[in-house]
Amino acid sequence: MSLTSIKTVGLRLLTGGRNTPPVVIWAPAVLVGAALLLPLVYLVVRTLDSGGDVWDLLYRQRVAAILGRTILLIISVTAASVVLALPLAWLTARTDIPFRRGWIVLSALPLVIPSYVAGFIVIAALGPRGMLQQALESPFNIDRLPDIHGFAGAMLTLTFLSFPYVVLTVRAALLRIDPSLEESSRGLGMGSWATFFSVTLPLLRPGIAAGGLLVALYTLSDFGAVSLLHYETFTWAIFVQYEAALDRTLGAGLSLALVVLALAIVGLEVFSRGRARYYSSSTSASRPPTIVRLGTWRWPALAFCTAVVAVSLAAPMSVLGYWVARGISAGEPVNVVWEAVGNSVYIAALAATAAVVAALPVAALSVRYHGALSGLLERLSYVGFALPGIAIALALVFFGARYAPPLYQTTGLLLLAYVVLFLSPALGAVRTSLLQISPRIEEAARSLGNSPLRAFSSVTLPVARPGLLAGWALVFLLVMKELPATLILSPIGFNTLATSIWSAASEAFFARAALPALLLIAASAIPLAFLMLRERR
Amino acid sequence: MGLLAIMLAVLLAACGGSGGSAGPGDDPGSLTVYSGRSDTLVGPLLQGFEDATGIDVSVKYAGTPQLAATILEEGGNTPADVFFAQDPGGLSAVSDLMTPLPDSVLSKVPQWASSPSGDWAGVSGRARTVVYNTDRLTPSDLPADLTGFTNPKWKGRIGWAPANASFQTMVTAMRVMWGEDETLRWLEGIQANEPKVYPKNTPIVAAAAAGEIDVGLVNHYYLHRFLAEQGESFAARNYHPTAGGPGAIVMVSGVGILSASNNRANANRFVEFLLSESSQQYFVDETFEYPLAAGIPVAHGVTPLFEVNTPDLSSADLADLEGTQKLLRSAGVIP
Repeated sequence: MSLTSIKTVGLRLLTGGRNTPPVVIWAPAVLVGAALLLPLVYLVVRTLDSGGDVWDLLYRQRVAAILGRTILLIISVTAASVVLALPLAWLTARTDIPFRRGWIVLSALPLVIPSYVAGFIVIAALGPRGMLQQALESPFNIDRLPDIHGFAGAMLTLTFLSFPYVVLTVRAALLRIDPSLEESSRGLGMGSWATFFSVTLPLLRPGIAAGGLLVALYTLSDFGAVSLLHYETFTWAIFVQYEAALDRTLGAGLSLALVVLALAIVGLEVFSRGRARYYSSSTSASRPPTIVRLGTWRWPALAFCTAVVAVSLAAPMSVLGYWVARGISAGEPVNVVWEAVGNSVYIAALAATAAVVAALPVAALSVRYHGALSGLLERLSYVGFALPGIAIALALVFFGARYAPPLYQTTGLLLLAYVVLFLSPALGAVRTSLLQISPRIEEAARSLGNSPLRAFSSVTLPVARPGLLAGWALVFLLVMKELPATLILSPIGFNTLATSIWSAASEAFFARAALPALLLIAASAIPLAFLMLRERR
Repeated sequence: MGLLAIMLAVLLAACGGSGGSAGPGDDPGSLTVYSGRSDTLVGPLLQGFEDATGIDVSVKYAGTPQLAATILEEGGNTPADVFFAQDPGGLSAVSDLMTPLPDSVLSKVPQWASSPSGDWAGVSGRARTVVYNTDRLTPSDLPADLTGFTNPKWKGRIGWAPANASFQTMVTAMRVMWGEDETLRWLEGIQANEPKVYPKNTPIVAAAAAGEIDVGLVNHYYLHRFLAEQGESFAARNYHPTAGGPGAIVMVSGVGILSASNNRANANRFVEFLLSESSQQYFVDETFEYPLAAGIPVAHGVTPLFEVNTPDLSSADLADLEGTQKLLRSAGVIP
């Protein structure tokens, strides 16, 4: 047996056996997979250093309790995010709601608010003797609000930070649904609501699952909000090891346990996705969907969008604005750090592009050559997203400083860290849109004499554009606020808005932290608006 | 194809143009600092060093624990010449990778404020203190030392940050001064009073002023930043336990030179600069900390160190973080 045929047989085994993926798909996919493995290898190496201490720590009762609290938080935040996001996605994708594009941008922006900033804001606004209570004190004589700390505060904060994941993935899916399916449903006498629940909603399942999974894993990985709001989760326990104990081995051991939890959550998503096909057999998928005229329903629809944006974006921005104003009136120096704005936008745009490019071969493999290899790669990408940024960053320090000193603390290694951290949001969006494109279209292109790569890039990619853009936007927003990997791995002297906020907030200079936080939101809105305005529908 | 091609082109251009870090310093005119103290806090000071010496300073800012972990992972390949850390814990964690400082530097600060082996020197000091709400309490309501807070009358009124490095250093001081058993009893006594748990000092000070808690166990200087930003009406003040004890210890930030540095001369100049009169005055004026080099008065509103009943402990006495964390875990204070 020649080497080539061994390779072919091996690839078939790994990819489900039907046909062999072309080298232009599997080679880059395997390369991406190798990068995703780095953190796991590092965590195993460090955990082995610890001897038995990790088991000791895991068996302790409080870790079990923390695990229960973590799972409760994940389920609540995910469910609440889906409930908030579905109407928003549908209204902005399929109706004639006024300011439609405005709502798209505004409903995505809460993603860019760093969770530790949100935590400070929530406490200042809703905490004991906070702004809300002081506002209610004199007119209504209310001197005590229910305590925002604990489960309720953490859940509300994380829900309003992470529901945009679901809006973005579901919107992309809605835009790609073949309208003829819904039209035939209505043609067969089904009403609009019946069509939505029996045709549209089942077709949205991959989009909802992909977004919900990101919400769940983001909740799992969050440290800022849960620590400020006193809700002790698994990631909080990991940070205690890294931050307070300076204990890399116990931190690594707990991180590996978190990987197991993340894989269980990913397993649920794969299970919920099932074996169904989500593309239609016709080639009309690029036709824009029919637009629902809201009529008088547009007033409640507008009220809903306004309420969500008011709570998730306008309120936090007002608190930040108040801090800036209070600082200025107290004579605080307020400097706009344009260099940090530029650096943030630059690195986030590069990282988003890198993540989408890295996601393409993995998504193509997963959709067209589904098998053991693609399953493994997808799961690995979610592990990167669920792990605390500090663990990923230290893994790349370990490999970078030891084995690739010329790359260490360069933009290149920082981008690699972002790809490892944020491949899954890009992958989810790209994959969902590829799923809705029938392989018959590519086959038709190939039967006309095109190479597989050419068929993919000239036929599939243009149709998948909304998914690619959604993935790009997601990663862009996430990198804008990313902190631990940026602090540790960025080239020396490379300041971003997120590091400026961290620097000021960690020293209790709220006025100085609030301004870069506002700039972070503004700087994210501009590229996002540009993307959305270019979208055909 | 167009979209993909553009994305790839942008990426390749970016990777080709990178390489921003300075090489590990064969250039005599440069210095690489890892600073666990934030840009907001010490950025102007480092800029001052650059202006005064012409040395090209590159600084990586991050939390002290993250930087300590980073240096440990980098080992001998670390690009850092100097580690400027928030607390002795971070410095001690990497002291195996440091080279001893010259006596001329060590002699500038009190002996208790530096590492016994001379690997690092203290630069500025922070006192542990009790922050209290001025609407509800006056100093006469507060106990003479921290043992008083185990009294049930403080139930639900205390804030603390058990995961915070400064808090843990204070517990280390308790173990040294009181012994393990009494420290454990104190932790259990406070636990029984159901303290509110915070991730760090800043939100504790805010919570004390907001009346969310009546007292909080913190470092002294956070209060002064709130006062500077929000004015004298800010409803919290510091109380230094009159009977002293572990609740009145002074902890230091410090600096050390990494053995992997081949840039010793500049590194030494930097350490000397931090201990110079103008830098020590900077800590007094800008960070409200205690100067460690002799002869500089503290900022307005800060209790002078000689009025704080500070126990006689050295930084070396406060090094056993691991034992403290074992105790905190067995008391159920941290996981």
